[in-house]
Order: sequence, then structure tokens, then C-alpha cells
Amino acid sequence: MGSYVPTTAAQREEMLATVGVKSLEELYRSIPQEMLLKDGGLNIPEGLSELEVRERVSAMAEKNRVYKTVLRGAGAYRHFIPAVVKSVTSREELVTCYTPYQAEISQGVLQGTFEFQTMICELTGMDVSNASHYDGATAAAETIPMCRDRKRTKAYVSAAANPQVIEVMQTYCFASNTELIVVPAKDGRTDLDALRAALGEDAACFYLQQPNYFGQLEDASAVGEIVHAAGAKFVMGVNPIACALLPTPREVGADIAVGDGQPLGLDTAFGGPYLGFMATTAAMTRKLPGRIVGQTTDVDGKTGYVLTLSAREQHIRREKASSNICSNQALCAFTAGVYMAAMGEAGMKQCARLCVSKAHYFAAALEKAGCPLKYKGEFFHEFVTEEADPGHRKKVLDALDAAGILGGAEVDGGILWCVTELASKAQLDRAAAIVKEVL
Amino acid sequence: MKLIFELGVEGRGMSLMPACDIPEYTLPEERTAPLRLPHVSENELTRHYTALCKRIHGVNDGFYPLGSCTMKYNPKIDEDMAALAGFTQLHPLQPIESAQGALEALHVLGTELGEIFGMDAVTFQPAAGAHGELTGVLLIKAYHTERGDSARTKIIVPDSAHGTNPATAAMCGYQVVNIPSGADGCVDLDALRASVGPDTAGLMLTNPNTVGIFDKNILEITRIVHDAGGLCYYDGANLNAVMGVVRPGDMGFDCIHSNLHKTFATPHGGGGPGAGAVGCKDFLRKFMPGPLVVEKDGRFGFDYPEKSIGRVKLFYGNFDVCIRALTYVLTLGRSGIREAAMNAVLNANYMRVKLAEKFTMAYDEICMHEFVMSLVELHKETGVSALDLAKGMLDYGLHPPTMYFPLIVHEALMIEPCETESKETMDEVCDIYGKLFDLAYSDPESLHTAPHATPVRRLDEVGAARSMILRYSFA
Repeated sequence: MGSYVPTTAAQREEMLATVGVKSLEELYRSIPQEMLLKDGGLNIPEGLSELEVRERVSAMAEKNRVYKTVLRGAGAYRHFIPAVVKSVTSREELVTCYTPYQAEISQGVLQGTFEFQTMICELTGMDVSNASHYDGATAAAETIPMCRDRKRTKAYVSAAANPQVIEVMQTYCFASNTELIVVPAKDGRTDLDALRAALGEDAACFYLQQPNYFGQLEDASAVGEIVHAAGAKFVMGVNPIACALLPTPREVGADIAVGDGQPLGLDTAFGGPYLGFMATTAAMTRKLPGRIVGQTTDVDGKTGYVLTLSAREQHIRREKASSNICSNQALCAFTAGVYMAAMGEAGMKQCARLCVSKAHYFAAALEKAGCPLKYKGEFFHEFVTEEADPGHRKKVLDALDAAGILGGAEVDGGILWCVTELASKAQLDRAAAIVKEVL
Repeated sequence: MKLIFELGVEGRGMSLMPACDIPEYTLPEERTAPLRLPHVSENELTRHYTALCKRIHGVNDGFYPLGSCTMKYNPKIDEDMAALAGFTQLHPLQPIESAQGALEALHVLGTELGEIFGMDAVTFQPAAGAHGELTGVLLIKAYHTERGDSARTKIIVPDSAHGTNPATAAMCGYQVVNIPSGADGCVDLDALRASVGPDTAGLMLTNPNTVGIFDKNILEITRIVHDAGGLCYYDGANLNAVMGVVRPGDMGFDCIHSNLHKTFATPHGGGGPGAGAVGCKDFLRKFMPGPLVVEKDGRFGFDYPEKSIGRVKLFYGNFDVCIRALTYVLTLGRSGIREAAMNAVLNANYMRVKLAEKFTMAYDEICMHEFVMSLVELHKETGVSALDLAKGMLDYGLHPPTMYFPLIVHEALMIEPCETESKETMDEVCDIYGKLFDLAYSDPESLHTAPHATPVRRLDEVGAARSMILRYSFA
């Protein structure tokens, strides 16, 4: 059995004597005896040595298939991660510290988070960012209470948003007794006429994903105008890599920008940990949930950083807090900061250009191979090919799978592909050839 | 020290991305807003972040008795396992036949935690403790909703609870009924009896409570709530004291969250990522967020509960955090889990008794894994507050205890040493605390102005909230 308890038997006796009890069990004497576990403990196996546990867990990892080529996104994106990112973010101080409650000995986390907040503002064009949220979906869900008031009680979301994001928003709306209305999509994009017709005087906010779930680029400015004309807040869920090239949420009129930060230097890791980011206008600063780092000075006038505006938060406001969030995804946010610092403007833009170019190259290759594009609009690094027959979809994906390629995700009536900078021309040509062969 | 934006020069950067090996595609409309990211070399970048990391105190740097946060040692094998490519390189939507090991990992962890909790089903979707609370209270809400019992609009929370409890209840659309606690933080049974009724949806409770005391009336408490038709939610923040000794399920709770980043030794990462595993009794399973991992004939698959409250997060939660917790649970096993809890309690009591020679305890009895000191008397006699004393500890390289919590104890310092600290460390720390106590009488000014040896000294928090400098301003 493994153990991290350093106390020797002799020390234990000495300590028990100091406390004035005879045994460890006696420390639990206030607990009703009938409740205590019988026969000394739990019905789980005995512990293992480090060597054994390494073998056991490694065996589980080895049962999983690591695809060399991944052409699937749908909310999780495999990108290149510079070596320096893991080198920095595996430092023990950073990994093993907690929330910076004692600012004097936490300046590293605080300053790193302040830099992250600045980078998120740069990426989105917004004025202020929080220190992170759990993921893009929970960040999206928590924008609703930021926009809701007594008169404006209903939340709206585009049907072209990631279905898992919509589902999380629904869960949070079930919690807060808020009505969430899904505005239909048309030709793979949000139906602007339906949106105009749907938004009434009680509309609090509308959530638009850009690029949307199908990879299509929405006419975000037009959406923003419709939403604002109805007096509601315009919330955008954005992909941070696409942000390096696309007009910023601020440029298209968003009041709040959120997204999943996983593409910024985090492994896809079977779904987590990722991070949510959340940025807004100066006017809405105090409505942001979660931690925020601010700059200040110490008693000697030296610049330093602290958690600030905590009067919004649960440990002060309790049931009147803007959210219950406490722990966030701090290390993931720090990681995203290191990634963006390493990439710089040129690296981020080149990464985005490679994504968009390679996606278009592969889309054209698939079209040639007999897979027409389902939607005709502009797209970034994801797109849907039409394939109504589930049997055919399976055949395509199975053939790619056999070649070590994770093909696109199945969606209604087609396959949703994603191409990032990691896919080489040779890999894409090969994938297209395999698809052509099965069709 | 400088911000990363103040380092480097334009034109400098790292060579990370290749040139485009296919025709370049130009989007019809691109951003015109500047994207002012750092222009630094790899060397500059590494030195900057190394300097930042030197300005952080982690568990690896020294004693970290942050009460209620369970800052135990984070085993390195857990990190190694979480870094295996067979976990980190998985796409969450890859075919489940190709991710059997990942599902097995979640299944094994779910089974073992279910046994530790005394619960029948476990989900790993919640990302943190508060997120687990949200999930748990929604299970309660779904239960009453399904029964058509719409009169249940209130959640009862003791005034010794963490702030997340009332905040969670409010997020779930409930009215919060705060009930008073005794000096020992335990539930006032009469107050509870007077608060329950046909409008009670449930109770949220931490046991051991935030004063570090196991509420011996727990069976009576959960019975009172159940008799009134409500359900009982266990906040697992303090599970480290009792795992392997007594199970929340046997205390009468219906659902629970556990912070894997506290009890199950996954690192806190500066405040996340954590994981807030949620367990529930069988009758609530159908409301759990989907998917849940199930096993049939040695194959693992996903099950989507029929009346699910819906997803609370993308995919399956903070999966790679769960790998760390799995490694920890497999390492400790049945005896080790119990040994860890008992030694956490022993260490807390050892420090409590040693410190009681000078300090006043909020409640001077056998405690669980943590205890609370009240510095009211010291403050009155010397003017040195809990904050001053805490800041004095910084000069000794110690992370202070949790300050000013729970709210029911004035001038509180809440100490949770954890089972992974040695007697020698605790002896040394108790000596330092004693010295600081004496210093409060001999030279209170030196504590009012502490810390002196840290990278920055006391920071102007009021000024920060007023000036709201929340990002770097480019010239």
C-alpha cells in the first residue's frame, strides 16, 4: 500500500499522548458508533506500490487509441503546443499553490493572471476579462444572469451553436427558472428573420457562436444590430484561434465575449481540463462572475496585484452573489497566457491562416472525392460535407479509422470536419484519397 | 517586476509555425483591431515565467495549512499518469471503442468513490466544488419537480456554511433559509425543526462542519429534513477527515460533492482546475447529468439518464484531473484512505493542543481535520489582529491559515495541517506561531507592518477596487 503519511509509529504514540487519547479511533469518539464503518473500512481493494499503480494506470492509457491525424473538432481542437508551454506550466510552485488569498506570496499567479486578462481583452477587443471560468459552455451559461433583469427575463441562443453548449445553458436556465429559446438556423447559419421575429421586449440576451458549430461564419454585425434593436445584449461565443483573424467581438458589437480557451495550448485530454474565458465592456465589469485580478500598490508604493472587486462574489455576498463560482481553471488560464506569449501576434495569425487555408484545401479535396459541402457560406477551420446516409458516413469514418485517422464528427445529414495547422498536405491528400476510394 | 508586455521588442518572437504548404486562403473580412501580444524570445519568456513562479508559495514550498482547502501533498506519480499520451491526446468525441481505457478509468474511480461516499452513482462532469454543489442541488430540484411538488422553494443552510452554499441555492432559484449554529458550529436542532416544513426543498451541510467538529446529531438532522419531505446535500469540502471512517451516505445524505483537488490530492493549480465529483443515492440517479459510464461484460459505454437535469459541462468534466485522483485512490486503497483521514485528524489535534498553550481555541475539544482559533482576546489586548498575525507568518516562509472564516468566529484563523505534514514541521510551526504571539505583546508594530521580507508588502486592496486597473494599458 502506498502512503504519504510521514508519521512513524513512535511519533504517533507521542502525538496521541499529547492529545490525550489512546488510539486514532478514539479521535472519532463523538461520532455515533453505529455509523462507523465496520471491519476496519471500505469495500475497495488495498492500495498498491508506486510501481504497481504505474503499471495499472498505464495499462488503461494503453487501451486508448491515439490518432496520428485528427480531423475532428466539434468543441475540442488539437493544435500545436510549443515546448515552452509545458516547461513553464509544470513548475511545482505554480501547480501546487492555491487561490492567491495571500497576495504577498502569490504575485506570480496574480501577475500571470493579469497578463492573461490583458491578452483575452486583446484577442476579443473587449475592455475587461475575468480570471477564467470552467469552460466555454459554463461561461456561455453564466452570461445570462449578467443580462437578465426584472423586465428582460428570456434568454435566446442560436440553433447553430454547439449542442453541448446549448444543453449546458438549458441546465443553468432550469436552475434559475429562466426561459431559454432556441432560434432556428437556416442553411447552416442563424436565421436572421427568425431572430428578428423572436426577440421581444422581454429578451435579455442572444448567444451567437462564431464560427458556429457547423464551422460557418455568421454575419455577426447584422446579428448584433438585430439584437441591439430589440434592446437585448449581444453575447458571442468565439474560437480563440479564429479570433486572431476574424473581426473581434467588439468590432461587431458584442456586449460579452466568451469561449473555450482549450485551443490556446491545452491538450484535448478526453474533454478536460480546459478553460472558459469571459470578457465584457467596461460598463458591465461589475456583472462579471468569478475572480478578477487588479493592479495596485503596496505600502512602499511598489506595483503589485490582488484579487479585486470581490464584493460580487459568494464568500462576501453569499446568496446575493453574482455566481457561486469559487475555484476556476487558473492553471489552464495561465497556460493559455504562456501560449499566447510564445505565439505572439505573428504566430497566432499564422496559426489561424494555416487552419483556414488547410481547411479550404481539404474541403476542396473532399468535394473532388465526391463529398459536396452541405453549406455554402464562408467557413473557418470546420465545415460539413453532405452525406444523408448514416451507413455511408460510417463507411467513410471506418476507412479513415483503419488508416489511423480520426475523421469528422457525425452531425445531422453530414460529417463535420476540422482541419488545424497540424495536418500536413500529405496527410490531407491521403485522407481525401481514402474517402474517394470508399465512395 | 515588469509585465511581459514591457519586455522584448517588436520584430522579436519565436519560430513556431511553418510556412503554408498549400495555397493560402484569404477571408473576405479580417480584424482591424490591433492584437498586441508579447514580442519575446524563448529565453526572455522562460525567464519571465520563472521569475513569476519564484513569487509563488505552493505546497512544495512549505507549510500550507489553509483551513477548508486541504492543501495536502500532491504525489508526483499522479502527474506522471495524467501526462500519459494515452490520456492527454484523446479527443473527447473519438469512438468509445477507441477510448475503453479512459472509460475504465472513470468507471473504476466512480466505483471506488461511490463506496467512499456511500452513494450509488457518481458523475465527474462538475469542474469544481461549487459546480458540484450546483449539480447536487439541481438533483434535488429535479426530484421535487418530477413529483409535482412545486411548493418546495427553500433550502436550509447553517450560518457556519461556506459562501458557495447559499450562492448555489440562490442560483438554483431557491430562497435561502439561514439557521444559526452553536458555538461549535453544529446545527441548532430546535432552529432546524422550526425551519422545516412543506416549503423545504433540502438542507446543505458540511460535516465535519467549518469549525472542525463532527455534528454528532447528524442522523437526527437528516431525519428531521427527510420527515419534512426535503432532501439532504453533503458538501464534501471536509471529507478528508472521515473518508474510510464514516460515509456521508450512512449519515443520511442523499447526494454529495467531493473536491478531488482537496481530498484526493490533485494539485490546486492556483485555484483550479479542480474536479467536483457528485455522488447520489439510487433514487436520484435518473436525474444525473449524462453521460454516466457503465460497464457490461467488460466493455465500457455511456448511459444517458432518462430524466437528466442535463449537462453541466462540456464532455465528461475535468478528465485529466480524475486520472490524478484515480492514481491516488489506487495507491492508498482501503487502508491508506482511512490512514490518511485518521492522520489528518491526529495532526490537527496535535497542533490544536500545542497551540492552546497560548492561543484561544474557538472550540477546545477533540476536533476533526481542522480547528479554529479566535484571536479576539489577543486583538483586544495588543491591537494585533488575525490579519496581522497571518502577515507575520509570511516572513517565516509559512502560508497562513484561512482568515476570518467561518463567519461565526471572530478574528478567526482556521488551521488544517493535513496528514502529509510531519511532526517535526508542526513542532517548528507551533514554535513560530508562539513567537509571533509573544511578539504581539512585545512589539505589536512589527506585526502591524508585516510582512517585511516578501516580494511585495501589504497591498492596497481598497485602492485596487477603486481604480479598477484590470488589464495592461498599451502606450
